[in-house]
Amino acid sequence: MTRDIAELQRIASQVRRDVVRMVHGCQSGHPGGSLGCTDYLVALYFAIMKHDPSFNMDGEGEDLFFLSNGHISPVFYSVLSRSGYFDKAEMATFRKLNTRLQGHPTTHEGLPGVRIASGSLGQGLSVAIGAALSKKLNGDDRLVFTLHGDGELQEGQIWEAAMFAPHNKVDHLISCVDVNGQQIDGPTKVVLSLGDLNAKFTAFGWEVMEMKGNDMAAVVEGLHKAISLSGKGKPVMILMQTEMGAGVDFMMGSHKWHGVAPNDAQLEQALNQLEEALGDY
Amino acid sequence: MTKYTYTEKKDTRSGFGAGLLEAGKRNPKVVALCADLVGSLKMQDFINEFPERFVQVGIAEANMIGIAAGLTIGGHVPFTGTFANFSTGRVYDQIRQSVAYSDKNVKICASHAGLTLGEDGATHQILEDLGMMKMLPGMTVINPCDYNQTKAATLAIAEHHGPVYLRFGRPVVPIFTPADQVFEIGKAWMVSEGTDVTIIATGHLVWEAIQAGEQLEAMGISAEIINIHTIKPLDEEAILKSVAKTGCVVTAEEHNRLGGLGDSVAQVLIKNKPAPQEYVAVDDSFGESGTPEQLMEKYRLNAPAIVEAAQKVIQRRG
Repeated sequence: MTRDIAELQRIASQVRRDVVRMVHGCQSGHPGGSLGCTDYLVALYFAIMKHDPSFNMDGEGEDLFFLSNGHISPVFYSVLSRSGYFDKAEMATFRKLNTRLQGHPTTHEGLPGVRIASGSLGQGLSVAIGAALSKKLNGDDRLVFTLHGDGELQEGQIWEAAMFAPHNKVDHLISCVDVNGQQIDGPTKVVLSLGDLNAKFTAFGWEVMEMKGNDMAAVVEGLHKAISLSGKGKPVMILMQTEMGAGVDFMMGSHKWHGVAPNDAQLEQALNQLEEALGDY
Repeated sequence: MTKYTYTEKKDTRSGFGAGLLEAGKRNPKVVALCADLVGSLKMQDFINEFPERFVQVGIAEANMIGIAAGLTIGGHVPFTGTFANFSTGRVYDQIRQSVAYSDKNVKICASHAGLTLGEDGATHQILEDLGMMKMLPGMTVINPCDYNQTKAATLAIAEHHGPVYLRFGRPVVPIFTPADQVFEIGKAWMVSEGTDVTIIATGHLVWEAIQAGEQLEAMGISAEIINIHTIKPLDEEAILKSVAKTGCVVTAEEHNRLGGLGDSVAQVLIKNKPAPQEYVAVDDSFGESGTPEQLMEKYRLNAPAIVEAAQKVIQRRG
């Protein structure tokens, strides 16, 4: 809350460096979506959520975050590490044998900050709803945040959960869809159109708002607005417009960088565009 | 042979309902979820007592498993309830990722397992669930045999930390285990000691095994009957000890012969001391409509089938 926008932007720049360096380091992983969602995750962990990096699975009295599109693990790991959950040196182990930083996030290796495995898409909204119900039963009024890919909305379970949350007035839940319009096989409009997401979630009974996802000031303002909309009987859905690859010019504007690692020259080109604000791992 | 009698018949699912209510009274963190089958799962007593601790999810089993996984964060102990088919095959990936791999303390409670679901037919009669669930690392798999054992198992899993699959059924069956039993997860129950053949049974086949044991006794064959209620972790010691004595084994289960209790027992024997084994199980097929009794007879899941298998395996042992 005390950090200003410029500081958050500098953190985001470092996180983007971490993302491309991690993916380059193992020549595998998903840089595009990670870069697009960097501003959202930095805002959550450095300005919005009340959370404790000493990490307790139950997270009582804390705000919780669930990453449903687990393939953007690089940005999740970087933000967790940079906010104190584990040493930044561990980022060098991403996707390598015996690492806690598995290709997709998991609780299995005991990495602090991760509360559920994700990777097989469509499951995180249900889990977040469960965690929100758990908080209600415990008399804990903190919030539960989520992030989903837009392609992920093609999974049916998302709509089971989307129907459940408004019916049960799960109103301390703030969900966010990364609307970058891209998925592995191409633009979502070509692969399987999502249609009017605002109208769809509104019809399901959500409080829907739109937010620019690659403008830190807009993200922080949008998240404050989402919080002001919570607690009023409806779950809140943020449709976040982002650009896949945001922050690295040659990775933007296409689905090409969904799951491709940069080579040495491309890494250098990317790093030249990103300030090393906090020191590389 | 130890004599077993009964004065009452009840469905195992009612044992679950009674156990769930009791578990709810003992632990305020116990919560229940159901996918539009409250009556079938006998959850109404729990709901009446603890309405705020019940979650109706509608016909949306995948969402139910995910919500259950989330409820564990914050310390709740969720029990999900639906038919065995919709508890496993329909939601395998949700259980795999959000429950088993994530090591969440979810109790997946499944009724109407196997052929004894009856008239609804093969769409609802899952015979592959034990196999699917036992293949998941960290999953405990339990298939109790009567009302009392199901109630005791329900109370036991509420105290156990970790994911559990609890499988029970629809028909009324004899109550022959004690009401005051202590259910120990992973510990076989010696039903009756014998010397000529080991019969290892689970679920509804345990009563059939007892009937078979009496028939074999009348033929001069001494059967040792063991109830394996916990398919995983398996009580290997009890199996090996018995087969060391008898030298042959019959396994009996209301499940496909592929992937069930029989295969688990065979693996233990192969690794330690191979012995002839006969399976009383469904022979790699789907079920069909009919009364439970008709189906158990047609698919050879009853006392006569166990007797026949025992005779055959004794002959093979020589």
